[in-house]
Amino acid sequence: METGQPAQRKAEGARGGARPLLSVRGLGIRFKTSQGIWQATRRIDFDIAPGERVGIVGESGCGKTITGLSILRLLPGNFAGLDGKILFDGTDLASCSARQMRAIRGKRIAMIFQEPMSALDPVFTVGHQIAETLRVHTDVSYEEARAKTLEMLRHVGIASPERRIDDYPHQLSGGMRQRVMIAASLICGPQLLIADEPTTALDVTVQAQILELLRDISETSKTALMLITHDLGVVAETCTRMITMYAGEVIEDATVDEALVRPLHPYTSGLLRSLPHLSPRHGRLPSIPGRVPSIAEMPAGCRFRARCAHATKGCEAEQKLQDAGGGRKVRCWRFAELNLPGALHPPDAPAAAKVATQ
Amino acid sequence: MTATTAEPRREPIISVRDLQVRFQTTDRRATVKAVDGVNFDVRRGETFGIIGESGSGKTTIGRALVFLLNPSAGAILHDGIDPLALPRREFQSHRRDYQIIFQDPNAALNPRMTILASVLEPLELARVGSRAERERLGREALERVGLPQEFGERYPHQLSGGQKQRVVIARALTLKPKLIVCDEVVAALDMSIRGDVLNLFADLQRDLGLTYVFITHDLAVVSHISERVAVMYLGQFVELGPTEEVAERPLHPYTIALLSAEPRPLPSTMREAQRIVLQGEVPSPIDPPSGCRFRTRCPHVQPLCTERVPEWRELKPDHWVACHFADRPNFSTNIPETTP
Ligand SMILES: Nc1ncnc2c1ncn2[C@@H]1O[C@H](COP(=O)(O)OP(=O)(O)OP(=O)(O)O)[C@@H](O)[C@H]1O
Ligand SMILES: Nc1ncnc2c1ncn2[C@@H]1O[C@H](COP(=O)(O)OP(=O)(O)O)[C@@H](O)[C@H]1O
Ligand code: SF4
Ligand code: SF4
Ligand SMILES: [Mg+2]
Ligand SMILES: [Mg+2]
Repeated sequence: METGQPAQRKAEGARGGARPLLSVRGLGIRFKTSQGIWQATRRIDFDIAPGERVGIVGESGCGKTITGLSILRLLPGNFAGLDGKILFDGTDLASCSARQMRAIRGKRIAMIFQEPMSALDPVFTVGHQIAETLRVHTDVSYEEARAKTLEMLRHVGIASPERRIDDYPHQLSGGMRQRVMIAASLICGPQLLIADEPTTALDVTVQAQILELLRDISETSKTALMLITHDLGVVAETCTRMITMYAGEVIEDATVDEALVRPLHPYTSGLLRSLPHLSPRHGRLPSIPGRVPSIAEMPAGCRFRARCAHATKGCEAEQKLQDAGGGRKVRCWRFAELNLPGALHPPDAPAAAKVATQ
Repeated sequence: MTATTAEPRREPIISVRDLQVRFQTTDRRATVKAVDGVNFDVRRGETFGIIGESGSGKTTIGRALVFLLNPSAGAILHDGIDPLALPRREFQSHRRDYQIIFQDPNAALNPRMTILASVLEPLELARVGSRAERERLGREALERVGLPQEFGERYPHQLSGGQKQRVVIARALTLKPKLIVCDEVVAALDMSIRGDVLNLFADLQRDLGLTYVFITHDLAVVSHISERVAVMYLGQFVELGPTEEVAERPLHPYTIALLSAEPRPLPSTMREAQRIVLQGEVPSPIDPPSGCRFRTRCPHVQPLCTERVPEWRELKPDHWVACHFADRPNFSTNIPETTP
């Protein structure tokens, strides 16, 4: 039996003025489609400090995955162009050469995905795949690579790795495959690990194991983590900072505690209030009316306007991601006057009831 | 969610006795014990939740409850009668009272049929009323689930996920069922839409006196919507009781671990300091462990657990559990340091 500590959430690094490891500025991603050019995301700004654990949250289609992929320049074939800068330790990944990118991808920045089966090659043993990653990027012998692979498999919690190293991916359970993916991504000691929904396909008890592993690894090896998820609970358990996206834009950036207790954007607040955990049992769940506008019919001005209970005259103006003090950022000009509910109201508290009847 | 009225001494709407469902593996060499000896009643007007990890047998139970598949052993009674004993015609009309809705609305809707045509399909198959009568019922059902009239003329790809799930619900409602099995019905929906659909289920239950069997792997959803909840592990129930009891005073080590593993969207000051992280994964239902099926992952395992199958017993009023040691004081808080 093991017991795990919940994430300690101090805003390490970023606030202290340390130089960010990753600095994304004005990132926009375009695709070619049959209907013309899609502007899938725009004006994405955020930083990740060395060793920091940042959650990127938002609903399906808001741009989380493509933001992650763009950092490694792995966007799909119909990709039509990119605006802005992606500064990684001084290098602009948006404009660096393909050779420079290859030297960074897999070595200094690694990525893991929701379905590890699709990322693992079915015809090679897991040991071979991990060792190859190492041999591509470093000058090690076959024996050294195998020894390091064994050590890494043990490190990610695979029991008797000497028995597993020569297994093929289909011989492993879902949780073990994700551990193998994590081992492969960590073998070169990356400074940044991008994890896109790494536990969505797993059961809740296995999810708890993987999240604990990611947290421990980030803490012990000072690997920064960019965790993409739609699950606010997963962010709360794992990360120190939370970046909320909506309709292709970043709309809020705050420490996890701040975002959960006192969200500044009406969308973040609405999302939190709609979670069943926070409502009295059998009570009505507050929900956000309407749905995310599609790219083809994106309104001018605030993109959340049609669904926002606080929309007024002035919201049809373009909204900038503005400084909200204390290192927080929000894309809503009314943030200072709105006093929005967060996750702190215990069930049955008056504040919850008030929201429910709105 | 509670029903308006229920006469206290009637038969349960569903009664399940020693239910077993087995499948042959594709190579026909082994048998999967998907459901292996389950007993429970669903009470009229309640929402009965079933929770468990993937592969635990939830969907299989759901399909058996509405006779989409036949039990390998045991019995399922609807209103005290065995539908399989009915003559064929009667069996077909009886089944309309017991509907099932699945996770993926895309799979349930024909992309080339208009929304209204999809909603009308079950009525046509059942040959209910005249054409005009059916259309009236169909439009009524669409209105019930909160979709505007003009949606009837649209096609599935013109609707959002939440709207499509509403159409699927409307379709199940046209036959005026008594009970609906809801299998992961909000899992595919975005978080901001989920609340809407769950509210809709609650409204329909209140207005139409429906009974639900609500199957999900999401603890927050099940504990929000159900009166009673059953926890499933490897083809069996390990705990069953009033939701409040199970969520706040769980008796089975697996329930305790499940509750503890759930990521909660709470700030650090409000979360528990210690989390139980279970080792390993769910064993295969082809060859489940002897004795207690949870023993390979249980933090409290004893030698007895390997030898004897724990009895399914009512430890507290209405609160059932299958664990040899569930009645020990402080069982849930007293977690040993190491597993033997
Ligand atoms: N190859 C592509 N061609 C055209 N549009 C695309 C392409 N890939 C992504 N998009 C669009 O870009 C937007 C963002 O997609 P992305 O996959 O990043 O979403 P996401 O936030 O990761 O969603 P999810 O939670 O469902 O994984 C969506 O509107 C999507 O339809
Ligand atoms: N048609 C089938 N043929 C063979 N095995 C099946 C079939 N349906 C389900 N199973 C097996 O039965 C077990 C329970 O499955 P299921 O009821 O779908 O679980 P859940 O809904 O809880 O995820 C699993 O091991 C699954 O692989
Ligand atoms: S800018 Fe206006 S519409 Fe947009 S989130 Fe703020 S208050 Fe709402
Ligand atoms: S019977 Fe034994 S192994 Fe099973 S849950 Fe109880 S203590 Fe654990
Ligand atoms: Mg994605
Ligand atoms: Mg299922």
